[in-house]
Amino acid sequence: MSPTAGKLEGRHFRSRNATQTAAFIFLGACVLLILVPVIYIIVYTIVNGAGAISWDFLTQLPKQRGLQGGIFSAIVGSFYLMVGVVVFALPVGIMAAIYLHEYARQGPLVRLINLSIVNLAGVPSIVYGLFGLSFFVLMLKMGSSLLAASLTLSCMALPVVVTASREALATVPNSYREGSLALGASRWQTIVRVVLPQAWPGILTGLVLAVSRAAGETAPILITGTAFTAILPTSLFDQFNALPYHLYVVATQIPNMPKSTQWGITLVLLVMVLLFNLTAIILRIRLRAQRKKWGL
Amino acid sequence: MSIVNLTMTENRTVPVVFEENVAVKMRSQAVSLFYDKVEALKEVTLPILANRITAIIGPSGCGKSSYLRLFNRMNDLIWNAKVKGQVYLDEEALYDPKIDVVELRKRVGMVFQKPNPFPMSVFDNVAYGPRLHGAKEMGGLSEIVERCLRQAALWEEVKDKLKGSAFALSGGQQQRLCIARVLAVGPEVILLDEPCSALDPASTMRIEDLMQELKVNYTLAIVTHNMQQAGRASDYTAYLLMGELIEFGPTKSLFTYPRDKRTEDYLTGRWG
Ligand SMILES: Nc1ncnc2c1ncn2[C@@H]1O[C@H](COP(=O)(O)OP(=O)(O)OP(=O)(O)O)[C@@H](O)[C@H]1O
Ligand SMILES: [Mg+2]
Repeated sequence: MSPTAGKLEGRHFRSRNATQTAAFIFLGACVLLILVPVIYIIVYTIVNGAGAISWDFLTQLPKQRGLQGGIFSAIVGSFYLMVGVVVFALPVGIMAAIYLHEYARQGPLVRLINLSIVNLAGVPSIVYGLFGLSFFVLMLKMGSSLLAASLTLSCMALPVVVTASREALATVPNSYREGSLALGASRWQTIVRVVLPQAWPGILTGLVLAVSRAAGETAPILITGTAFTAILPTSLFDQFNALPYHLYVVATQIPNMPKSTQWGITLVLLVMVLLFNLTAIILRIRLRAQRKKWGL
Repeated sequence: MSIVNLTMTENRTVPVVFEENVAVKMRSQAVSLFYDKVEALKEVTLPILANRITAIIGPSGCGKSSYLRLFNRMNDLIWNAKVKGQVYLDEEALYDPKIDVVELRKRVGMVFQKPNPFPMSVFDNVAYGPRLHGAKEMGGLSEIVERCLRQAALWEEVKDKLKGSAFALSGGQQQRLCIARVLAVGPEVILLDEPCSALDPASTMRIEDLMQELKVNYTLAIVTHNMQQAGRASDYTAYLLMGELIEFGPTKSLFTYPRDKRTEDYLTGRWG
């Protein structure tokens, strides 16, 4: 190689390097910009709320409109809601995604449906609340109840679960499906034995997002099932208390409520969502490890 | 040897030299295949003889894969594909509404161009078919797996790695695993779509040897764009050009005395 070529190459390399550094700094700054508010919220919640957390706070039922006692009924209610969303939205969401991606003839109609589902994820939660009120509470006569609220939140979570599941199914190579079908497997056997095992991590990610969002919602459950109550629900048709709702009432309706209690409730909600995330992440890591084992 | 006139289209028949006393395992009768309005196969009539290896050759895009996939109805999976004409397995019409496609695919197995083992262990890959069709773990499943791996000339190489990932195998081993996987279902016919195109010469030779062993018990049809391979490894050869069957006959005679000018041009590399 001639010395000039070497020099040219060097200069090129340096300028490319400079661009790269600038891009790095810029991208890094963007990441920081996203992280700062999140960290701020978490730290602020912990600093202000940690004082309110005690064994009694977590395990006692509220007394005197929340001024005394704990928030046990709200924790239980939120837990039931999250379980409800997983129980209703996960199977329905996966089945819908399977139908849309594996069975339906891919054409303009399916594309339109997919697009609508993606857009449904952006509909304000109060709209789902009003739908739940008119459909589950009034029309199906469930009344203001845990069941109606769970179903309402599930409807809200469904678009995210369906979209994530559909995308997860799309990442599974077609060659697996062909291989399985060519061995005389039915479509359903192929989905259960080859496709779904590959799609689980993506489906779980969508579920976590959807449930986390649902757990923090106030408006939809406010009009479909919650009550500012210290009584634990004993059936699906009982009213119930939930953390975001409890927080909303305590922060807006009860005078002289200590600030630390409000932040304590926030902290408990955050931790609950994080714990759910953690379970899903652990599950996902397990699945990934299994996939790694198969060299994927 | 006997000569039979195969009717291609209304005004064209092709004389074909056959061995006597060889059964026709599968055949296509004036099959046309359309992708939307595009005719990818034009009234192809062709026999696949039992316990013989039939090679399908032709330039890229001439419809070899489309044709092969007719025999186990894999084209059903392509929404815009439409079939006209009929395909027979032991004189049973495959494109009859009464046909159980799952049952058909058990009898007619397929090996794909790119090795496509499942993301499972070597053992589970071979056991996949038998499990689907009701084999129990206790009822000799491991015997089936061992027999098929031996038949696919893979047993010695993987017998200590049965529980390991199928992806840890080399490309050639993966392709033989896919063959073992097909054998485990107990097919009568094995379709191979360019099974060696992703493999090195040594692995290719192994698969070709394997095919010679398999034809004793099975009927094979192989798509290849490698003419030497067709010449070496097949008993009969069909030459497709732009969806049309140009010539069919015993490989030796087709390669040495092609009757059609277009076949000759293709074989001598003067095509296109
Ligand atoms: N799903 C499809 N939709 C529309 N056209 C298709 C489809 N699949 C194949 N074709 C067209 O049909 C023709 C035959 O395709 P085919 O894959 O059978 O060719 P081939 O002979 O196997 O080619 P190759 O040697 O490259 O594999 C090609 O022109 C191809 O473009
Ligand atoms: Mg092909």
